[in-house]
Amino acid sequence: MLIFEHSRPGRRNYSQFPATETKIRNIPQNLVRKTPPLLPEVSEMDAVRHYTRLSQKNFSIDTEFYPLGSCTMKYNPRVCNSLAMLPQFLARHPLAPEDTGQGYLACMYELQEILKDVTGMASVSLTPMAGAQGELIGVSMIRAYHESRGDHARTEIIVPDAAHGTNPATAVMCGYKVMEISTDKEGDVDMDALKAAVGPQTAGLMLTNPSTLGVFEKNITEMSRIVHKAGGLLYYDGANLNAILGKVKPGDMGFDVIHINLHKTFSTPHGGGGPGSAPVGVAKRLFPFIPVPIVGLEKGKYRWLTEKEIPQSIGRFSAYMGNSGVLLRAYIYARLLGAEGMHRVAEFATLNANYLMTELRKVGFEIAYPTRRASHEFIITLKNLKEKTGVTAMNVAKRLLDKGYHAPTTYFPLLVPECLLIEPAETESKETLDAFVVSMKEIMTEAHTQPEIVKGAPHTTPVRKLDDVKAARELDLTWKQ
Amino acid sequence: MPFIPHTEEDVTAMLASIGANTIEDLFDEIPPALKSGILKQVPPGLNEMETSRLMLERAETDGRYLNFIGAGAYEHHIPAAVWQITTRGEFYSSYTPYQAEASQGTLQLLYEYQTMMASLTGMDVSNASMYDGASALAEAILMVVRTHKSSRRVLMPSTIHPVYRKVVNTIVKNQRVEIIEVPYCAECGHTLVESLASWAGQDIAALIIPQPNFFGVLEQVDALTDWAHNNNALAVGVVNPLALTMLTPPGEWGSNGADMAVGEGQPLGIPLSSGGPYFGFMACKQKLVRQMPGRIIGRTTDLDGKPGFVLTLQAREQHIRRSKATSNICTNQGLMVTAATIYMALVGPKGLQRVAEQSHANTLALIGQLETLKGVKRAFSGPLFHEAVVTLPMPAENMLQALKMQGILGGLDLKEYYPELGNAVLVCATETKIPADLRKYTEYLGRALAEQDTSAFNPT
Repeated sequence: MLIFEHSRPGRRNYSQFPATETKIRNIPQNLVRKTPPLLPEVSEMDAVRHYTRLSQKNFSIDTEFYPLGSCTMKYNPRVCNSLAMLPQFLARHPLAPEDTGQGYLACMYELQEILKDVTGMASVSLTPMAGAQGELIGVSMIRAYHESRGDHARTEIIVPDAAHGTNPATAVMCGYKVMEISTDKEGDVDMDALKAAVGPQTAGLMLTNPSTLGVFEKNITEMSRIVHKAGGLLYYDGANLNAILGKVKPGDMGFDVIHINLHKTFSTPHGGGGPGSAPVGVAKRLFPFIPVPIVGLEKGKYRWLTEKEIPQSIGRFSAYMGNSGVLLRAYIYARLLGAEGMHRVAEFATLNANYLMTELRKVGFEIAYPTRRASHEFIITLKNLKEKTGVTAMNVAKRLLDKGYHAPTTYFPLLVPECLLIEPAETESKETLDAFVVSMKEIMTEAHTQPEIVKGAPHTTPVRKLDDVKAARELDLTWKQ
Repeated sequence: MPFIPHTEEDVTAMLASIGANTIEDLFDEIPPALKSGILKQVPPGLNEMETSRLMLERAETDGRYLNFIGAGAYEHHIPAAVWQITTRGEFYSSYTPYQAEASQGTLQLLYEYQTMMASLTGMDVSNASMYDGASALAEAILMVVRTHKSSRRVLMPSTIHPVYRKVVNTIVKNQRVEIIEVPYCAECGHTLVESLASWAGQDIAALIIPQPNFFGVLEQVDALTDWAHNNNALAVGVVNPLALTMLTPPGEWGSNGADMAVGEGQPLGIPLSSGGPYFGFMACKQKLVRQMPGRIIGRTTDLDGKPGFVLTLQAREQHIRRSKATSNICTNQGLMVTAATIYMALVGPKGLQRVAEQSHANTLALIGQLETLKGVKRAFSGPLFHEAVVTLPMPAENMLQALKMQGILGGLDLKEYYPELGNAVLVCATETKIPADLRKYTEYLGRALAEQDTSAFNPT
């Protein structure tokens, strides 16, 4: 039932709005709304029950194991939320003077410093509001850098075929052509393809490392040399930073610019699809172009640095300073972990991934890159299972929902057929991983013995398999009375 | 080990299964020269008690002020239930609803949100959110030029939030879009249709129309919308969603209604929080839906014919279309939309209207009081919603400093954005202010002016 179907004309929540009708009103008649908007009229309790019940129709980290590859679904500590929601932080207006926000600005400044160290970059700007915006900002800086040198011939961005869809989409938004390069059998970027692709037209290379195939690009130093020699810059997509947090710094790998998905590596909530937050880090030569504002410290006082101090900045990407409340949560998480805790993140994320990969292989699943170590995630391919039983990767994913697990990422990366990309994250225990393997084994048995059960999954969720084609053909995007 | 459950026995058993001696062995594909060693700038970890103490101290450093700043982010009452439900783990810690059957809670809520926003704006459809108001406007402009066959020129009144204009410029400049600024009427504070005359008959993709505008003044939206349509341009509204409970929605502007509406969703239950996270909204006419960026939720049926909800029209998006997507947007502001939907359901249509009316009345009352002070006057004659520009007989900076000493944030100094206005402050009094607050503001401003007069007569 939709909230609108609970509505009764005239039902009001009197404690939630000003008690008396106002007398002062001065708006020209032609600008006054004639018919009230279609909003529900429900009691407070109705609303609370309705949305509480809706929440119960969701899978979440707090309720299920969520091995969604490339998304880093780790535990979101509750205290990060409660401390970021202290009344003073919530009440602070974004345009309030700096001297009324020294506590908040201290957190932001220290977060910049922590992220600089973790990434090995010279400077950090906290303004990007999501990974894709971080990418847009990073590539815009690459463009600004070349243009500041009068180098207008660079029109291409190189992107591996295994990259996230946001990479090529971002390059286009920045006015670049996309040059896709292939991956070799071992899951590394094909070095010959890279050498053939670079040239005076190359503005830069966008790369995720460890890659979306769940392996570390061993040739990264050589790749960096090739791209730099051609005059291009290297962009690090920080989607998989959890795999190397405290182990390897992207700056040391030769990257010039990076974004960090705080909603992955720094455990800020995914919130059913945002808000994200993706600070960008830059090497020294890109600092003049960094997006504003950033937080500076002068004579013991924190202050905003803006276009005045950084005149060549590529500019602003949000009305104020990004997703401040998310940044606070990331800062709190960083303080809880400390340096030691950060090293452990990569270690135990990698341990869990390699253990789960090994156990799944032992029960008969085919690993896409069997000769490689897993990073914090790995891929299994169900190509053979599909040939034998007709059961697809999507069927297995949906059947996992019946077993009480969120599905892994399906059909990504596109170059591995019938794939599941599995990322267990460091916060899961061995028992959880073992139980998951048992369920996967059960599904494989079902695929052979009663494939219809798997193909018809899910069976136990609030709804069964939904008709996507109908949704797109007969567009129903709003409820009508 | 914070947030890591492994016992020593677990680690031993897991390594044995893998066939590795140590955890470090698992990193043996990484060239040794790249290993970074200890993080030197990251302080040692704190436990929850220590972290709480640190953050409480930081929060107390910032304190609480009586706030009269608006300028695109507004202080409103938020019912307790809004954030208690929004931060339930099932909403807070779930991912983008790609697995529809495991995400019906989020998906149904977003469908309800789309319905509410389409109705508020008078449009046919809404997407499931953008990052914030500024970036939503930038995406709207990119959408408009994708839709328009010939023109990449957009008319942008200078009464639009000055930072929105900066953000638009930053985002669209790499895509060969020309933004043309339209001046405002110095007397009335809004855009005059006459000032568009020089672009009549030229090839223009869209006219952007704020309501209310950055000065709090109401624009002549009907005439502006009709001008756009008469000149083969789209009309795009940039609106305050709360104001739309009182004001004509964009879908009803002029003879045919605006084509799109975007804006900042923060007034709908989102705390000020130093500027974010907020959310941007985007709604449009049915004919434009396939050009819209971002997530869109549709209602469909399952195998048993039971209604359910899915992400739809995904062929527009980056994870399918890659370099040919309508935008690179991926994650949006899901949790903020969760809060806004619950907020709108709890406060209801009548409640929202009362909130808007009280904010309108409070600002009018405050301005009325301030204008009794010598030399203080409204900068513009145009009608306003819940914000106004006042000009002062003293530097705005000094006035704001004097009020701050009394615990009052008196508004935004416009010197940086509109130097032509002189000593001008943008002031907002929402429904959260009571008559005593307004009197306090007036009284302390009166004192600051008197002190200035005294020091002017007795230079020291």
